[in-house]
Amino acid sequence: MANDTTKGTGRLVHLRVKRQDSPDLPETRRWEEFKVPYLPQMNIISALQQVQKEPRTVDGKDVAPVVWESSCLEEVCGACTMVINGRVRQACSALVDQIAPNGEMIQVEPMTKFPLVRDLIVDRERMFQDMKKVKAWIDIDGTHELGPGPRESPEAQQERYPLSRCMTCGCCVEACPQYNDSTQFVGPFALNLVRLFNMHPSGALHKNARLETVMGEGGVQDCGKSQNCVEVCPKEIPLVDSIAQVSRDATKRLLFGWLLK
Amino acid sequence: MAAKSTIRSEGGKVRRVIVVGGGLAGLMTVIKLCEAKVPVDLISLVPVKRSHSVCAQGGINASVNTKGEGDSPQIHLEETAYGGDFLANQPPVKGMAEAAPGIVFMLDRMGVPFNRTPEGLLDFRRFGGTLFHRTAFAGATTGQQLLYALDEQVRRYEIADVVDEHGVSIPGEKMVRKFEFWDYLQAVLDDNGTCVGCIAQDLKTMQIKYFQGDAVVLATGGCGIIFGRSTMSVICTGTAASSAYQQGAVYANGEFIQVHPTAIPGADKLRLISESARGEGGRVWVPKDAKDQRSPKEIPEKERDYILERMYPGYGNLVPRDIASRAIFKTCFHEKRGVFNPKTGRNENEVYLDLTHKDEKFLRSKLAGILEIYEKFAGTDPYHNPMKVFPAVHYSMGGLWVDFEKDARGSLKAGSPRNHATSIPGLYAVGEVEYQYHGANRLGANSLLSCIYGGMVTGPSVASYQKSLAKSAFDLPKSTFEKAEKRCQDDYERILKQNQDAKDAENPYKLHQELGDMMLRDVTIERDNATLEQVLGKISEFDERVKKVASPDGSQRANQGAQFVRHLENMLVLARVIAQGAKNRDESRGAHYKPAFPKRNDPDWMRTTLAKHEQKGAVKYLREFDYTCAGQSVHVTDAVDASLVAPRERKYEQAGAASAAATGKIQQPAASEQQKSV
Repeated sequence: MANDTTKGTGRLVHLRVKRQDSPDLPETRRWEEFKVPYLPQMNIISALQQVQKEPRTVDGKDVAPVVWESSCLEEVCGACTMVINGRVRQACSALVDQIAPNGEMIQVEPMTKFPLVRDLIVDRERMFQDMKKVKAWIDIDGTHELGPGPRESPEAQQERYPLSRCMTCGCCVEACPQYNDSTQFVGPFALNLVRLFNMHPSGALHKNARLETVMGEGGVQDCGKSQNCVEVCPKEIPLVDSIAQVSRDATKRLLFGWLLK
Repeated sequence: MAAKSTIRSEGGKVRRVIVVGGGLAGLMTVIKLCEAKVPVDLISLVPVKRSHSVCAQGGINASVNTKGEGDSPQIHLEETAYGGDFLANQPPVKGMAEAAPGIVFMLDRMGVPFNRTPEGLLDFRRFGGTLFHRTAFAGATTGQQLLYALDEQVRRYEIADVVDEHGVSIPGEKMVRKFEFWDYLQAVLDDNGTCVGCIAQDLKTMQIKYFQGDAVVLATGGCGIIFGRSTMSVICTGTAASSAYQQGAVYANGEFIQVHPTAIPGADKLRLISESARGEGGRVWVPKDAKDQRSPKEIPEKERDYILERMYPGYGNLVPRDIASRAIFKTCFHEKRGVFNPKTGRNENEVYLDLTHKDEKFLRSKLAGILEIYEKFAGTDPYHNPMKVFPAVHYSMGGLWVDFEKDARGSLKAGSPRNHATSIPGLYAVGEVEYQYHGANRLGANSLLSCIYGGMVTGPSVASYQKSLAKSAFDLPKSTFEKAEKRCQDDYERILKQNQDAKDAENPYKLHQELGDMMLRDVTIERDNATLEQVLGKISEFDERVKKVASPDGSQRANQGAQFVRHLENMLVLARVIAQGAKNRDESRGAHYKPAFPKRNDPDWMRTTLAKHEQKGAVKYLREFDYTCAGQSVHVTDAVDASLVAPRERKYEQAGAASAAATGKIQQPAASEQQKSV
């Protein structure tokens, strides 16, 4: 029914994949190379899918298929984040034609800031935990009928919407020098959420409680201002602006908060 | 007699229910359960924020009528029934249409960044199958925004304590416990066949474990991956629904698979271009001259064939999806008038979806996210070049059969334990995995609504069911659960070990591709009985070949290969239900179209297809059955409850045909009300 895109052209795509069977088996860490048939409009996911169908390395060794995380394949769920040619991004929107137009080797690795599960899969649970920490929600009274929410200008909506597109994909924290397992830093995405919820009229009712979650260790002052986050964010969220806003609000709270107690 | 406490079992354990699936339907069910003070274990294949609901782009329907058009929930009901070609039972649809404005307001209060009018009110856009502006939207990622809002609310319950009858917090017990990266395997049934929990597998450690639950709610989504590539996420294999079906749950209207008219062809996925592109003015066309080699911008207006506007002047580009898909298919496939490609020298299976006549700033504010997908994945700028699209499998209207109880007004009876109950007592289903709201064809922007409304109904329904139980699942002997767990463990070992040394072992991914290619080619837009006969033969062949599959991976950790073998086995079972249902239904209705039977046939086929699993390779189609809900026996027939909107022929050629209000005619309810269940 759909266009036949399965016909190859003889062209091959060359992948070099960093693999490891399990976090407790560092000795299994290795690079494996694969060459798979090129398909029109191919992305890294379809290249990995080809490997899945025929898991044989360039040396002719039969291996277990590479494992990775994916879901929507249209860069809206955040699942398939990995490091491709040294840059953290989603594998679904990494098009072979753009990365390796002349058949160059493409290097694929798991993210480094999270515990490894296997091959390209890591566990990003820390991000979800930090969303609890910073109270990333609106405190509604319940889901029963209470009429519409507060009115909002189209301009305010257009400022809020881009901030709300964060997929918790992990690109920003992967690129952040301050985010690692020896710090508590909540990371750019979480600070952006603080700003997002503090902007909403009902969310602003709990602005201070939210700010206080990022005023201590691991909070906004841990940002080293490298500005790497905004460079890698696939949704082009103005993370640096968000951090600056939260930082200003936190400072104000720190200086004058006692007056209000 | 009901148990003493709904919070603790006799043995003192906290009584929980299980929700499987963390998309909109699952999360809304969780929230409603928590509000009813029922603690929940939430099991999900992926972190819930990555569920397929994120892919919904265009919006959510609610007849708020802020544009002064005279829209109302009654018209929403009529148009949904009409768009679904009168296969949906109408009381649940009425309940949904009436609840819709309240649902959108609730989401608004949760902070969803819906687009606004200059006055600061919610903005609404047009979608298919209606002439009203009824669709609220948040940029071009409405599903994502709605999912995030519910995800955030569920996170609040992850840190909320379970509180007993005296208002005392129970140490260490939280209202919601999440189990993400867990694959649902089976329901645990007690000796009476009542669902008392489930078995799931941790996809990191591959540990198989039982979960006790006073009820289990499946909110596991659609089954598009049976068709290979579709607009669905890779996780939408229908494995949980298939498993429940194989355990005895009735599957309804499986043959109704929605094909969306506009998607971008791709090697790994067919990416949707939302209907909102047409809602905001997008036009579908092909050159009048089939061999026209000019770039689309050079082809003057009068040399373009705007196929939908020509064929359906009443609704134009906003005819329902089944109709638009067939029109595009006819143009490309039968008339060979798809866009000509000078490189290949042939007419491709593609038509233009054109927004270039609209102002770029307008497009950026209304459709940026959608057009960004095209730009990213097709590599062309859709602001200045017409997009090239073709239909793709998009939504399963069919799914697990679920019950409903209606009230005196003909709507859903609030809190009835029958609402959303499957035919297995204690097992519920909600969202795309069930069949209830869309009939033979779903209208655009009704899916997000049906998921959330379904969740709002299922939560209270399950809470009532739990109250009716004389004995909690947590007081049953451990052996009930351990037996089921052992069965799943053995089955997993079988998958790991079978055919490992066989020379002619099958590869599960390749077998899936063959299945998908066939289903896509033969069981989608046009269906033919002789072809379907061959498809069924092929499925039998696949049933044999799948026995020869060897797991491509033997690892004890994150073994996606073995997991996929299991999903493939389950996909094959549902593929048969879909294909056999399509073959049986000798008529054309909604998404189901047979050129040999081009008309809808109400006397013979205005009925729900009810499929029951016999054994592997055999489906029994029922006209009626009995099931037990909360101790009551319920008789179910396949008659459609059309008590609210009288069936009539669909005619989208004519403006206002979908609802009486728009044409000024008053629609009388059917004289004799058809009872679905007694």
